[in-house]
Amino acid sequence: MTATAAPARRRRIRLDSTVIVYLALIGVIIVGAILVATVGRNFFSLGNIRDILTGMSVLGFVAIGQTLVILVGSLDLSVPYVISLSSLMAATTMAGQPGNIAAGVLVALLVALVIGTINGLIVTGLKVNGFIATLGTGLIISGYLSTTYQGSTGSVPAQFQFIGATGIGPVPISTIIMLALATVVFLFLRKTRTGHHIYAVGGSLGVARLSGLRTATPIIVAHAICSVTAALAGLLLASRLGVGTPTVGSQGGYDLLSIAAVVLGGTLLAGGRGSIWGTIGGVAIFAVLDSVMSVLQVNPFLKDVVRGIVIVAAVAIYTGRVVLERRARFSTKEVRR
Amino acid sequence: MTAILSVSDVWKSFFGVPVLKGVSLELQPGSVHGLIGENGAGKSTLMKIVAGVYTKDSGTVRFDGREVDYTHPLQAMRAGVATVFQEFNLLPDRSVAENVFLGREPRKGGFVDNRGMARRTAELLAELGIDFIDPEARVSSLTVAEQQIVEITKALSFDARVISMDEPTAALADHEVELLYGIIRRLQQRGVAILYVSHRLKEIFDLCDTITVLKDGALISSTPASDLDAAELVRRMVGRSIEAFFPDPLPGTERGPVRLRVSGGGNDYIDGIDLQLHAGEIVGIAGLQGSGRTELAEAIFGAVPFSRGTMELDGAAVRIGSPRRAVRSGIALITEDRKAQGLALAQSVLDNALLVIRGVFPSRTRAARRRIPGVLSSLEVSFRGLDQEVQFLSGGNQQKVVLAKWLATDPRVVILDEPTRGIDVGAKVAVYTLMRELAAKGVAILMVSSELPEVIGMSDRIVVLHDGRISAELEPGSSEEAVLSAATGTGALGEVVQ
Repeated sequence: MTATAAPARRRRIRLDSTVIVYLALIGVIIVGAILVATVGRNFFSLGNIRDILTGMSVLGFVAIGQTLVILVGSLDLSVPYVISLSSLMAATTMAGQPGNIAAGVLVALLVALVIGTINGLIVTGLKVNGFIATLGTGLIISGYLSTTYQGSTGSVPAQFQFIGATGIGPVPISTIIMLALATVVFLFLRKTRTGHHIYAVGGSLGVARLSGLRTATPIIVAHAICSVTAALAGLLLASRLGVGTPTVGSQGGYDLLSIAAVVLGGTLLAGGRGSIWGTIGGVAIFAVLDSVMSVLQVNPFLKDVVRGIVIVAAVAIYTGRVVLERRARFSTKEVRR
Repeated sequence: MTAILSVSDVWKSFFGVPVLKGVSLELQPGSVHGLIGENGAGKSTLMKIVAGVYTKDSGTVRFDGREVDYTHPLQAMRAGVATVFQEFNLLPDRSVAENVFLGREPRKGGFVDNRGMARRTAELLAELGIDFIDPEARVSSLTVAEQQIVEITKALSFDARVISMDEPTAALADHEVELLYGIIRRLQQRGVAILYVSHRLKEIFDLCDTITVLKDGALISSTPASDLDAAELVRRMVGRSIEAFFPDPLPGTERGPVRLRVSGGGNDYIDGIDLQLHAGEIVGIAGLQGSGRTELAEAIFGAVPFSRGTMELDGAAVRIGSPRRAVRSGIALITEDRKAQGLALAQSVLDNALLVIRGVFPSRTRAARRRIPGVLSSLEVSFRGLDQEVQFLSGGNQQKVVLAKWLATDPRVVILDEPTRGIDVGAKVAVYTLMRELAAKGVAILMVSSELPEVIGMSDRIVVLHDGRISAELEPGSSEEAVLSAATGTGALGEVVQ
């Protein structure tokens, strides 16, 4: 007489989100390749692949940093202004002299490091929500930029422009640097305590505190890294344009675009869950879409419509994906709805 | 044997209200010490003082012979006094190992040793006799019971010598309770002292060597379990006998015509449901966890509607496809999970009480607003004002606000799912009395409950579910054994009354 009733277990269906991102990327590539073929072009031509990879690098840098900030449960809206500022800092410091390249890069990164640290301190010390804190610092930088610089300033020596212009085969140097940075950040998240604690703080501040973590450290580190990667994006743009430009960041819309890429990559906007490789996948999806739409000569307004649809659809899919499902005990065939 | 943890003459008040009045108890290594009392008796406060969440006003706590005064849970944890709270302190999106070693991740050459961390976690789990939890599994993919094991593993990783557990079985299914028993015995063998807080007498007697009873913040007794029986324990806890719990039907209560009839009802979770509910009747739904009790309530209320069969209300066929439909038809559901499904915790008592009226019958809002204070006072809700946020009320008072919210709609059929879970005895009696009053007014009542004494003591008829189907319909006053055998599917259907 051992009629142990099987417990009605609640089952969670969950595919790893990074896998979904790359499946989506493959889907986008297939559809894109077919569409491109209809106008008689080859999606897989070396030139086109180089264009896509080039398109990935700037947004990639910004999104890597943004991933950390979102994982920790914050947001960074100041990235476009940090991008512009660093391009100007680098271009004016270098002033066309090859000997000043190192100094220019260093100045740009240091200034960004300071801005990021201040962002982190405002969020942790003054307890200002990251959205508002970085909106504020972003506005401050923006004000400084528009009063100090009237237009493109400084000049970048040819040797530095080289970084933005060459590649190994179809792979641009800038993309290689971006992917190397992604690898480093991936290892940072996986192999350091601070990396682990970024997930912990974003997952639950209360649990993190009760486990004895210094909850401010991961938040400050995430913000600092985010500003530095934004500065790297600014340096890359300066290298491509040859000058520093006060509007290069805001024109690119890198604040919302980077957040969109991170979320598209499966990172939870509330923090605590996500991955760098997912973000890179999200960036790649945007780059492929952009490339396909420019080959097809899609109207620029329609481009934004497509991007918007992709973002909303992706998040809807992720939300629906985590289904807390009760096991059906009786047949569902005759279910009327 | 000397005590590993001894609490003596501990006092604590909040805002001038004393909640612990000179409580003392001693925990011996390798023993389980039961702490029992009604809600509000001071069990949780005492536990939190031991855990370092609260600081005591006076008295002493000695751990391993030395006087201690922890000011942070982590400090107590590190010293070897761990606590498994009802609400887990786990990160759902991180792995088991990452949770166990959060903040103390082992490092090799400056980098986190993920593999070593997983191995160490597997060793700790093995010490508890657990081999079915993968240290690299995400916590959110685990069952509640498994998550609790992770919490205990975390305590073990601190080399805890005292582990307090607050209502550890509250969210567990029956077979999982067995698993917990096994773990507790393993911990005992390691010489860990366990402070076990529970409402469930059976568990207390199954597990504990010593039982301490608290009432209104004062120590009633601290005696070996073998000196007590259940009746005596209840008497000490409440100061009255268990029969007095359940009020008799009010005079003038009549079983009227059929209010609700379900014929052949079924969906993904339940099947073949034939049920009649008469006006003025209280029908109890019993069954094991996962038998479809809650699913039946949700089906009638349209939250997870029936996909087969028919339903009639007062003789008229109805299709209840959504909760909104149910409310409009005069059905109310007091859900199992008050905090998540019954209340908007950060909103006021008044807003909560008007929630359903405003949403479904906006034209009646003004009239309802005038009635609410009367309804609340008839339920004896104690609160500071209509604008007080419900999160600051006790569990019993919160439940009364939920009841008030539904009473304001003048329902014809009231379904109560675990109406007395986690509320104190006084509030329980208030809920029972209210049920009797509603029955006297001709409301049909369906009460889903996992507490057999409650089902037996309150129901005019008991419907037992097993594996999603009705397995028996029993008379009032049936024995717990009869209900249990029908619920486990071991009983003959000969007991069906019809």
